[in-house]
Amino acid sequence: MDKIDKQDTPAAARASDARPVLEGPDIARVLTRIAHEIVERAKGADDVVLLGIPTRGVFLAQRLAAKLEQITERKIPVGSLDITMYRDDLRMHPPRALARTEIPGDGIDGRLVVLVDDVLFSGRTIRAALDALNDIGRPRAVQLAVLVDRGHRELPIRADYVGKNLPTSLRETVKVQLAEEDGRDTVLLGAKPDAAGESQH
Amino acid sequence: MQRHLISAADLTRDDAVLILDTAEEMARVADRPIKKLPTLRGRTVVNLFFEDSTRTRISFEAAEKRLSADVINFSAKGSSVSKGESLKDTAQTLEAMGVDAVVIRHGASGAPYRLATSGWIDAVVINAGDGTHQHPTQALLDAFTMRRRLTGRDAGLGQDLSGRRVTIVGDVLHSRVARSNVDLLHTLGAEVTLVAPPTLLPVGVESWPCEVSYDLDATLPKSDAVMMLRVQRERMNAAFFPTEREYSRRYGLDGERMARMPEHAVVMHPGPMVRGMEITAEVADSPRCTVVEQVANGVSIRMAVLYLLLGGNEPAVTHTRTEEK
Amino acid sequence: MSKILIRGAKVLGGEPQDVLIDGETIAQVGAGLSAEGAEVVAADGKVLLPGLVDLHTHLREPGREDSETVLTGTRAAASGGYTAVFAMANTFPVADTAGVVEQVWRLGREHGYCDVRPIGAVTVGLEGRKLAELGAMHESAAGVTVFSDDGKCVDDAVIMRRALEYVKAFGGVVAQHAQEPRLTEGAQMNEGVVSAELGLGGWPAVAEESIIARDVLLAEHVGSRVHICHLSTAGSVEIVRWAKSRGIDVTAEVTPHHLLLTDEMVRTYNPVYKVNPPLRTERDVHALREALADGTIDIVATDHAPHPHEDKDCEWAAAAMGMVGLETALSVVQATMVDTGLLDWAGVADRMSLAPARIGRATGHGRPVSAGEPANLTLVDTAYRGRVDPAGFASRSRNTPYEGRELPGRVTHTWLRGKATLVDGKLT
Repeated sequence: MDKIDKQDTPAAARASDARPVLEGPDIARVLTRIAHEIVERAKGADDVVLLGIPTRGVFLAQRLAAKLEQITERKIPVGSLDITMYRDDLRMHPPRALARTEIPGDGIDGRLVVLVDDVLFSGRTIRAALDALNDIGRPRAVQLAVLVDRGHRELPIRADYVGKNLPTSLRETVKVQLAEEDGRDTVLLGAKPDAAGESQH
Repeated sequence: MQRHLISAADLTRDDAVLILDTAEEMARVADRPIKKLPTLRGRTVVNLFFEDSTRTRISFEAAEKRLSADVINFSAKGSSVSKGESLKDTAQTLEAMGVDAVVIRHGASGAPYRLATSGWIDAVVINAGDGTHQHPTQALLDAFTMRRRLTGRDAGLGQDLSGRRVTIVGDVLHSRVARSNVDLLHTLGAEVTLVAPPTLLPVGVESWPCEVSYDLDATLPKSDAVMMLRVQRERMNAAFFPTEREYSRRYGLDGERMARMPEHAVVMHPGPMVRGMEITAEVADSPRCTVVEQVANGVSIRMAVLYLLLGGNEPAVTHTRTEEK
Repeated sequence: MSKILIRGAKVLGGEPQDVLIDGETIAQVGAGLSAEGAEVVAADGKVLLPGLVDLHTHLREPGREDSETVLTGTRAAASGGYTAVFAMANTFPVADTAGVVEQVWRLGREHGYCDVRPIGAVTVGLEGRKLAELGAMHESAAGVTVFSDDGKCVDDAVIMRRALEYVKAFGGVVAQHAQEPRLTEGAQMNEGVVSAELGLGGWPAVAEESIIARDVLLAEHVGSRVHICHLSTAGSVEIVRWAKSRGIDVTAEVTPHHLLLTDEMVRTYNPVYKVNPPLRTERDVHALREALADGTIDIVATDHAPHPHEDKDCEWAAAAMGMVGLETALSVVQATMVDTGLLDWAGVADRMSLAPARIGRATGHGRPVSAGEPANLTLVDTAYRGRVDPAGFASRSRNTPYEGRELPGRVTHTWLRGKATLVDGKLT
């Protein structure tokens, strides 16, 4: 359902007007940096579990895991955390199709969970993710990694690892495209199609 | 999706697949330490049961509670209903208490439809079985069980039941489960065959989107799933069949018959089973029999339906039906 | 009583003529009649029919005055163009004694909107076991000639035979509600494709047809006449057609709703469509129309069955069976028979006035519109088109299946023996 929202025709038309702010090689470089930061901050990343937030956060988490595995030469548990049923705006839209929540086999109790998402905006998605985590287990600590932080927080939430800080206006949209889902890697900054349009992030 | 769930026939293929896919995610909640989601926090759901049905009521109640809804159970027995209060008055009384959804089980065919369309109340109506009409969540959980067993949990996501051959055996005439299943399985692309003595098939069954056979043995080898319906012993007294023994011999499923089914085929039963009548203990207890799974799947399906009808500001959006109606 | 001149009315749908009423009788019919000393009613091309006669009305009094009374029922009848109605016996107490039938008859006379001819029960308490005092009811002031257990079938073949024989003594007729009880246990609607889908108990056509077949053979055997109430299936039509071709003295009625509505309506689960006998299929509707046109079915009878709102504002299985019909009957007949070209207005006069009066021996009703006849008349604006609004009904009940439906025709005037009961669509 998310996919439909983001690719419906008016938005797609505007997307051509949008300006890339990160291209494929930039994204790869940024993820490599975040992976190193995680290893550094987590002192070897022994107990790290990566949980991506669907849809694109999951692919980012998988890419990060691959990079972490290169660095640490160990298997890094990676999974996904769907936050749909924890959203605070459920009553403002028709129900959305659920995405998969996949917690790695050893669970998250006592682990360092790094949540991974593509864009950090209001912070409400992360709030929902923290609630969802709470029903699944008790991590030692929770950190947040995002590809883009576009500002405009509505809750006291900040990212521990940021690919790119991107100051934006509320009239702009940030669209992350990833090869796994969209056929190419890029981050686009564009004008908001309609006031009533689905918020991107 | 439509606003209410009254009949399995009201679901499009996309509606049904969305419900099955959603139920698959809901099923995972059961594996977590905290089997609860905050999704319907602040919503009130009443289980309005005019007929005794502990298993359906408990299944809905478990689903509602896992989604954090406030649950009111209303059983007609010993209530004002038994003192002559009408369905309309009962429903309006409940709505005055701020009910968002009514899950209704009623002995009269069409009672949920009346409740949803007569303007008596605004709440969302979910049919938990009405007379000999429909039991849509049962059909959904049956389809869910089949998809899991025949296609697989993950492989099944997004899939319907195209090409699957399902045989429904028993008292079709008095069965809302059979009606709902014929409608839903047809929508999902399955080929349905009803097998029953002619006395237990409704006049007009020839217009249903399914085949009809009187011969169970000929149908079994061509079945991916065989659904046994309960046959009440009372039917015997109304001359629907001569004796229990004759019924079992012609239409009951025993081990020998089960052996004629393809190896992958499953045996289903909506419960409660009448062992020794339509099904032998050997079959009921075999690993091919999905009865217990069906119960567990019922909770997941009902969670999915509740979420998709009540979780947002309107029902979930899927493709609208273009044919018929 | 003074003179009334109806100016320019199409008598039985023919060329416009004037009709002069003097007192209780029709004085003159012709062109350019003098209006001197007469109140003039400008008919302007409306159709003038003999006052309609309903052989099948439920007035509910005594016992269920919450749904209808003799007063409200006869006012509804006058609104619908009727000058005589036969009141069914299934009241509380049952009209199975001279006392009850006389009471109903007298109430009709007192109110003066429409002649009420009580129908007597065939068996005591409609229980199908013991013959009621048919002779006493016939000899009472009510002069009962039609006997029926309507609502229930006289299913015992011996009782039916005896009743058919017994009423020969005074020219009575037994009107059978043809419904084999065992085949219709728990029945909720026509048995067929729709009932199978809706999961409502099926009411097979054969439950009606088997009783009709038996009863026409019984009538032949004992040389009596038999009347079939609310015939509803194509198969019933075939049996009656066969019986008539054999010379059996059988007459049959069809209701307006069976001429128009089908069991598809039941898909709404709205009990306003719940009726006995049930709405049947499209095929049956067409067979009934053809049979009414060719005379196999003799008459239209309303089976006007008022029920209070709460008995219909509920789930299907709990609802009462029946529909009100007196105030919409002529419109439905116009829509289904006249506007379709199956019947002309003279035919309508026959099926809704002459024939029912003849079957019920309602003297003074169902007469030709000609000089010297009783002035029982109905004036119909056949060009009218309008939506049915039950709020305007004279009946105490509103259980019409036609609410909001556009129907043609409207009765503007009704005269009962020269006295206007309805003027410009308003009851007097």
